[in-house]
Amino acid sequence: MPDSVFIYVIIFGTLFGSIGGAAVLVWFERRLLGFWQDRLGPNRVGPFGIGLAFADIIKLFTKEDWVPPFADKFVFIFAPTAIMMAMLLGFAVVPYGPGLYVVDLNIALLFFLGMTSLAVYSVLLGGLASRNKFALLGGLRSAAQMVSYEVFMGLSLMGVVMLSGSFSLVDIVNAQQDVWFVFSQFLGFLVFTIAGIAESHRLPFDLPEAEHELVAGFHTEYSGMKFGMFMVGEYLGVILISSMIATIFFGGWLGPDFLPPIFWFGLKSFLLVCFFVLLRAAIPRPRYDQLMSFGWKIMLPLTLVNLMVTGAVVLWWGY
Amino acid sequence: MIAAFYSQLRTLYTVLVHSFSRRETVQYPEEMPYLAPRYRGRIVLTRDPDGVERCVACNLCAVACPVDCIALQKTEDEDGRWYPEFFRINFSRCIMCGFCEEACPTYSIQLTPDFEMAEYDRQNMVYEKEHLLIDGPGKYPDYNFYRVAGKAIGGKAKGEAENESPPVDVRSLLP
Repeated sequence: MPDSVFIYVIIFGTLFGSIGGAAVLVWFERRLLGFWQDRLGPNRVGPFGIGLAFADIIKLFTKEDWVPPFADKFVFIFAPTAIMMAMLLGFAVVPYGPGLYVVDLNIALLFFLGMTSLAVYSVLLGGLASRNKFALLGGLRSAAQMVSYEVFMGLSLMGVVMLSGSFSLVDIVNAQQDVWFVFSQFLGFLVFTIAGIAESHRLPFDLPEAEHELVAGFHTEYSGMKFGMFMVGEYLGVILISSMIATIFFGGWLGPDFLPPIFWFGLKSFLLVCFFVLLRAAIPRPRYDQLMSFGWKIMLPLTLVNLMVTGAVVLWWGY
Repeated sequence: MIAAFYSQLRTLYTVLVHSFSRRETVQYPEEMPYLAPRYRGRIVLTRDPDGVERCVACNLCAVACPVDCIALQKTEDEDGRWYPEFFRINFSRCIMCGFCEEACPTYSIQLTPDFEMAEYDRQNMVYEKEHLLIDGPGKYPDYNFYRVAGKAIGGKAKGEAENESPPVDVRSLLP
């Protein structure tokens, strides 16, 4: 297969794979939540209820797509597209296997961090443009959460960068041939996972949404496919963060030889997605000030300690 | 802080263990739930063991009904025995409270363990007498109101027949 065709196959595979994955995840999450609450979950539409994903899509597309007259129209329409674009662009740097990636940037890690940060703007703008107090509060919380959690999300990865000596995700995976970074960088893994949950504003860090306090938070005024794009963006974020954790800390595609590398990558990402759902099923949402003080007083010092220790080890023993 | 962290991990573990516990879901249309005989569902009008309809059109059920969903019209047969000319229950209003069953002096109106009454057309929720009346005695198989209360027939008042005690004066306080 010529390279030019191959790259298109990967691009479209990534595009439709991730969006399809997000759609199926909507069903899968409900099913898993059901299992963990001793229920069966949605199991009626199609085999195992997987048709629910399509039913949801049909429902969202046929719903009235309404822009409130008091909203800032351009920003209101732009906001949901931003989260999807940013999340999909984030998938560009994920390596699914040796040679199986859209692009191998030498700053892939920075690109990923930048794209997830852009996704937060979508939440922010959506909350702001709605001209609704609940949406505004949601956007406000999202901004504060972004400012505090973005800091150590980036810093937590620096230990990995030091050990592998590269920002490229392919090099990072190759640096884990002997031992996964989850063992040598456990603190980094912990902090990155927590920050990643906050970044994709999933429970327990879904304060921008917080349906028990803020109606639906930043997407209170959204309906139809605009709301659908927020949802898809959120689930894309879950998949993206999971595949990133799998790539950076769990050795990405590396695994025993009897199965193809992409399978190992998929399995690790899948298990991490399940872990995200488990978090949602089990952990209650913290209060807002708890979230802030947890970020600044615990996570940030922890990250800095991790960074210094890793730096010292690298300097002394020269990895 | 360590304790708080441990508590979170334990929560995660406890929820994860629930993957292997028994499902509580009842897969309803395939697997019917058990409904007790006293379940308050669809209302029926019953007949006494002789196969005569029990309802005496006293209107107590209609009076007791908190949502006024029961409507009936009294009429008499040739013996002067009361029975309803029509008996209509609007199930789109009925709240299945069972007050009508409690008010009924003849055990005629009864609630049954059946709730599958969905209709596409609201007008079909209005049940007439032919829809309500069943052939059996319902929850009280041996009860016959007139065997207990006595009955005046042509040429004989209540309690005047052989081996029959006079009827109780329900308005007296004497024993």
